[in-house]
Amino acid sequence: MASDNDLILRMEHIDMFFPGVKALKDVSFNLRRGEIHSLMGENGAGKSTLVKVLTGVYQKTAGDVIYCGDHIEPKSPLESQKIGISTVYQEVNLCANLSVAENIYIGREPRTKFGAIDWRTMEQRSAKLLHESLGIDIDVTKLLSFYPVAMQQMIAIARAIDTRCKILILDEPTSSLSERETEKLFEIMRNLRSTGISIIFISHFLEQIYTICDRITILRDGSYVGEYEVKKLPRIELISKMMGKEINEGEIESNVDKSKPSDKCFVETDKVTVPGKVKDLSFNIKQGEVIGLAGLLGSGRTEIADMLFGLTPKTSGTIKVDGMEVSFKCPMDAMKKRIAFCPEDRKISGIFADLTVRENIIMALVAKGGMFRHMPRSKQNELADYYIKLLRIKVSDREQRVGQLSGGNQQKVIIARWLATQPSLLILDEPTRGIDVGTKSEIEALSVSLAKEKGMSVVFISGEMGEMVRTCSRIIVIRDHVKLTELAEDEISETHIMQAIAGDYHGHA
Amino acid sequence: MDMLKKFSHSSLALPLICLGALLLFNAIFVPGFFDIQVMDNGNLYGRPIDILRRCSSLIILALGMTFVIATAGVDISVGAVVAISSATICSLLGGDISGEAHYPFALAIICAMGVGVLAGIWNGFLVSKIKIQAMVATLILLQAGRGIAQLMTDGQIITVYYRPFEWIGGNIPGCPVPTSMLMAFAMIILVVFLDRKTSIGTMIQAVGINQNASRYAGINVTLVLFAVYVFSGFCAGTAGLIESSLIRAADANNAGLNMEMDAICSVVLGGTLMIGGRYYIGGTIIGAITIQTLTTTMYAVGVPSECLPAVKAVVILAIIVLQSQKFKNIFESYRMRKLDHAKEAANA
Repeated sequence: MASDNDLILRMEHIDMFFPGVKALKDVSFNLRRGEIHSLMGENGAGKSTLVKVLTGVYQKTAGDVIYCGDHIEPKSPLESQKIGISTVYQEVNLCANLSVAENIYIGREPRTKFGAIDWRTMEQRSAKLLHESLGIDIDVTKLLSFYPVAMQQMIAIARAIDTRCKILILDEPTSSLSERETEKLFEIMRNLRSTGISIIFISHFLEQIYTICDRITILRDGSYVGEYEVKKLPRIELISKMMGKEINEGEIESNVDKSKPSDKCFVETDKVTVPGKVKDLSFNIKQGEVIGLAGLLGSGRTEIADMLFGLTPKTSGTIKVDGMEVSFKCPMDAMKKRIAFCPEDRKISGIFADLTVRENIIMALVAKGGMFRHMPRSKQNELADYYIKLLRIKVSDREQRVGQLSGGNQQKVIIARWLATQPSLLILDEPTRGIDVGTKSEIEALSVSLAKEKGMSVVFISGEMGEMVRTCSRIIVIRDHVKLTELAEDEISETHIMQAIAGDYHGHA
Repeated sequence: MDMLKKFSHSSLALPLICLGALLLFNAIFVPGFFDIQVMDNGNLYGRPIDILRRCSSLIILALGMTFVIATAGVDISVGAVVAISSATICSLLGGDISGEAHYPFALAIICAMGVGVLAGIWNGFLVSKIKIQAMVATLILLQAGRGIAQLMTDGQIITVYYRPFEWIGGNIPGCPVPTSMLMAFAMIILVVFLDRKTSIGTMIQAVGINQNASRYAGINVTLVLFAVYVFSGFCAGTAGLIESSLIRAADANNAGLNMEMDAICSVVLGGTLMIGGRYYIGGTIIGAITIQTLTTTMYAVGVPSECLPAVKAVVILAIIVLQSQKFKNIFESYRMRKLDHAKEAANA
């Protein structure tokens, strides 16, 4: 065990309450001098909340933060930066329309005797800083926007180092970087570590964690799970701890009522690539099948759905729908091929809160019909009433505003919107997130019955494995934007999924 | 009673009440306000007719603006586009004292409206394709528009002596109703048709409420945004015909001056929110009539024209505060309390 002297930061028994929500419950986090420490957890685990407590964006409800032996309680990011805690975010938080040098010295520009900004010194120092600490030689008088994102990130790091930071927080720094750029970033991180800087590294890429990190702290649902040496923590255990599921060899859940797919493929993809999102993906979706996409958050589950719906165009490979090769440019292209998509974030991408239930339900059909096609009110009412009844949507009447409904009923409205277009393929991305248990099982049952009774293909994406095990008759396992394996019906279990994500199980499919 | 309740809950209630109050003020303080006479030549004449004729171009502009604002945008260039359209028609007709037109009247009308559409295409392109914020994108034409109009008229005020040109702002011989009112009416019919008999209205509201969700629902957001600005430009081009005809001249500096603000004001008075979403065509029309009535009222009671904008602003402020959510909440809670008291009284 490291002695206290080795620890630059101790966060102990941190509680963080928001009105009505406990975001962090008794979380501890220890950071040593000169280590790269990963903070891991699924969505809502509390990673970013913990970081925000440390950087002063949020004020903790209870607990102690001891930094370099002193209790601290930063009130703002600026305050934490002053004492040596710097953050580099996923989206570079610099000013694109200022020069590189200005960005590095913004707010603390070197002055001349007369109090004016000393441009020469500023530029010389910037160039020297970039060269010495990161080994980068660039023209610091050029605008930041002149350089690619990877370089901007390096510049952000340089700025952090120059403010004499002791702790550097990198929040998803690699998500927009290429492999080579990532390698370069890692080299810089190792150099920084050797100079005694401690780095908190947050990433969804499992392999990167194992490449670069020394230790891992795992959070789940706002609680502390544990702190581990990377070398001593097999991938499968990491996954099981993040998901909160025990590894239970050989257990296969009985699944009587699953869909029985036909042999005919509705979608076939061959080596499809969407830069930075999907890599060399080959898989198929059969008619009348509920197929699951399993993987950790950020693994590429949603990205595959986006691709199938024409939101992000592919750059290589082929996609065949119903036997015909397609190249979707926009959602309408996919909709014409009878593909429907209920997106992950209901509020942002799904509902029209101020419109009525009726208007929300007819929306996709209206879009499909085009601007000048009119759907008579009687037809609208008929459709709305039909789906309200079919999906048992709880509304006072069809003219109620969707914003007033519960999350579960909102989700049903969006599913109704797509069922109204009579799709052959329905993609459900996290359809049960944040909704009540009753509605949740209704949606699961609906997915299966649509496949069984209507011969619809359903792509089911969920971070909750139990749900996937209950509904899917085949599961595709994804990690770091690459398909690892497929699990056939008789192999589907939570343990197998976790093992497959860890790369320990390859299935026989 | 039921009718009254239904009325008080309808979106048109407040705009109508405001207009009603204004008319009531006139009925009491301005003698003969509602008199309508038939002139010797058969044309209608009187303050109400005057108001409707003068607000025709405002109604037309405000209808276009309603769709734009419903998509969470705004088009502040319409006043300048009115100037361009005026300059177009006047320079095509020419200022010959003989009363001869340089080009056929119909061609000049089509060109003036076409120029409005072109301006709309420009705005729509900037907003929907280049994705510049609506206010900034249309600011460009607001700035440039009058300059363009000046270039067209060589910096002169072109006065048109060609007789039929008067008909647009006045009456077509033999028709008692002013032409501009007929044009506004036609535009209202067109907009109501688009709203009721196509899916454009639904799409506009969807885009205004949640652009991202619209995209996921398969709506061509770019096309919808583009279309509303083109339509707004078309409306501005049409309004330009009326505005220039009223003074029988193209005045690049003053044609349609500040009309964009009156148009926005009409839409807001009508109950459509600047954040986009639900729009109220009926409300917009009433809003436009309210603004013109206000101006006419001010003149009628003898407010000097220099003070007019200030007085107008005060009245508009009052109406907007009356319509605000905050005020509605206060009113609602007052009504609830009264209901409670009534219940208690009944129980006792």
